[in-house]
Amino acid sequence: MTGLSPIDYRLMLPMVELTIFALGLLLIDLWIPPEWKWLNATGAFIGVLFSALCVWQIQAILPPRGQIGFYNSLLVDRFAIYFWYLFLAAAALTILGSSRYLDIENEHRGEYYALLLISVVGMMCMAAGIDIVLMFVGLELTLIPAYLLFGFRGRHGKEKENHARAREAVRKFVFHGLFSSAIFAYGLSLLYGFSGSTNLAHIVRALGAVNPRDPVVIIALLTTITGLLSKIAAVPLHRWAPAASETALTTISGYILSLGMAAAWVLFLRIVVFGMLPLRAVYAPVLTVVAIATLTLATVAALMQTNTKRLLAYSAIVHTGYILLSFSVIGSERIASPAFFDALKAMLIYLPVLTLMNLGAFLVIAALRQGAVLGDDLADLTGLFDRSPFVAVTMLIFLFSLAGIPPAAGYLGKYYIFRSLVESGHRSLAAAGVVFSLLGLLYYWKIAKPIFTRQPQPNPPLPVSLGMRSTLAITALATLVIGVYPRPLITLVSWVLGIAQATHVAGK
Amino acid sequence: MLPITTVHYLVVAAALFGIGVSGVLTRRSPVIVLMSIELILNAVNLNLVAFSRMWGNPQGQVFAIFVTVAAASQAVVAVGVLIVLACGVVARGAARNREPSPNHASLPNGLPNGDAE
Repeated sequence: MTGLSPIDYRLMLPMVELTIFALGLLLIDLWIPPEWKWLNATGAFIGVLFSALCVWQIQAILPPRGQIGFYNSLLVDRFAIYFWYLFLAAAALTILGSSRYLDIENEHRGEYYALLLISVVGMMCMAAGIDIVLMFVGLELTLIPAYLLFGFRGRHGKEKENHARAREAVRKFVFHGLFSSAIFAYGLSLLYGFSGSTNLAHIVRALGAVNPRDPVVIIALLTTITGLLSKIAAVPLHRWAPAASETALTTISGYILSLGMAAAWVLFLRIVVFGMLPLRAVYAPVLTVVAIATLTLATVAALMQTNTKRLLAYSAIVHTGYILLSFSVIGSERIASPAFFDALKAMLIYLPVLTLMNLGAFLVIAALRQGAVLGDDLADLTGLFDRSPFVAVTMLIFLFSLAGIPPAAGYLGKYYIFRSLVESGHRSLAAAGVVFSLLGLLYYWKIAKPIFTRQPQPNPPLPVSLGMRSTLAITALATLVIGVYPRPLITLVSWVLGIAQATHVAGK
Repeated sequence: MLPITTVHYLVVAAALFGIGVSGVLTRRSPVIVLMSIELILNAVNLNLVAFSRMWGNPQGQVFAIFVTVAAASQAVVAVGVLIVLACGVVARGAARNREPSPNHASLPNGLPNGDAE
């Protein structure tokens, strides 16, 4: 082994740069007086912009098959670049929307932004990892700051102590999160045992040669996939999502349930779709069952919620179920058949749209936070259209998108998933998906209805800060533009997949 | 004497894994849950080191070191978040605002003991 070449440094520059900004924020925060704390947000925002610039530079010199670096542990291909941009954009939006909200919550600290940036570094490691060690470290690097961010309690948390409930949330989010990470690591150790290498490309080759009925292979599959299913909040292991969403600060809930979920999906795609491709006929039926269970249980649970944050968490779980449905296509179709690619395309279109609309919906709830109003009760939305037409309209766009009603972007991913299901002959699953989308209208209606309810004595207008206003405007506009004019996104996804089908990762 | 092969290590690791999983699923005390999670991670490490010896390459041992680091930081964070959220202790915020936290004095016995529920 020789030393690192300049290209290695270049590939890791976006992550190194974010880390430096995060550490810098921790230091600078000590000298910033309380009334100047917004400087932290500015610094974090600039850090994200710089990182995006570095990604853009890498993209300019990227060979079509992607660039491997760092002793074969980092694979920067179009897939990684695509998700790097997504993570950075969503992190920038979160930072922009957080500044004023943290003032209200009296939690304006540099650590918040530093942890946010470090968590994004972990996500970028997961998206670009081809070595299971790097992927595991990336996962931990994402989760540990997420647990810490979950620990920020805000003014409300300090005034209204509810220890039993908070303890239950810690148990569900932090302890079960650690548990599923440990199970995932056990699966990875068995994968290393089969292949003698921690590189995913070697693991694919070794898994192609094993007997899929071998009990040890089954255990390895089961533990790895169980760990990952918990991270994407699939049903038997979904309970962390509503608990975390309800207890954490609203911006953090949005961050965990949009960005964190997207990052978990990226890891899922890398390991389950690419890394375990030879065994896809074994795991796909299980994932289909999990998908149906997820859709059913989460829909029923969402219908019963009165807390907006919990409802949105369950709706995010329902969307996980939709994406999981496409695994029945991946299991049954030949590689490189049109339906197989449609299924992959559907997932890649679904993830950025899902991230945007979920983040947007949570930021609207964060905008409602004011005085003693927490904003997470459905009743807090009453008369929102009279109080602030702008916020009400953006919320409506996000709800349209989440429900999959055409002008907003949410219908795109669903359309592609159902199309690939029909193409591969899973008509009953496609029909089930349509039924669950229709049921989805019911619980989104529960959020939409109070917004337009007129009150006899209208509440005072809702002040919305400039940062929040611009975040909501950008997110809602992006959702609308993608929905009305989807061709650029579809072209982009085809560009990403054009390479994913050729790399050795996809397996031949 | 029977030579100790890789399979022996794997069986021990699987036993540790089983103990850890049953501990997490049946106990409610956070400390015991945390210890059970550490057991699972130790099973992972044992697997990795045994496989590393079997294949004769160091990658598994490197992975084991990373797992150890992750386990240590996880435990710190989990206990920290638990104390802040479930016992209501704020070290920095309380010091800065100069308001004595009513729950501060109850820290030692305020540690949540789930078995008592």
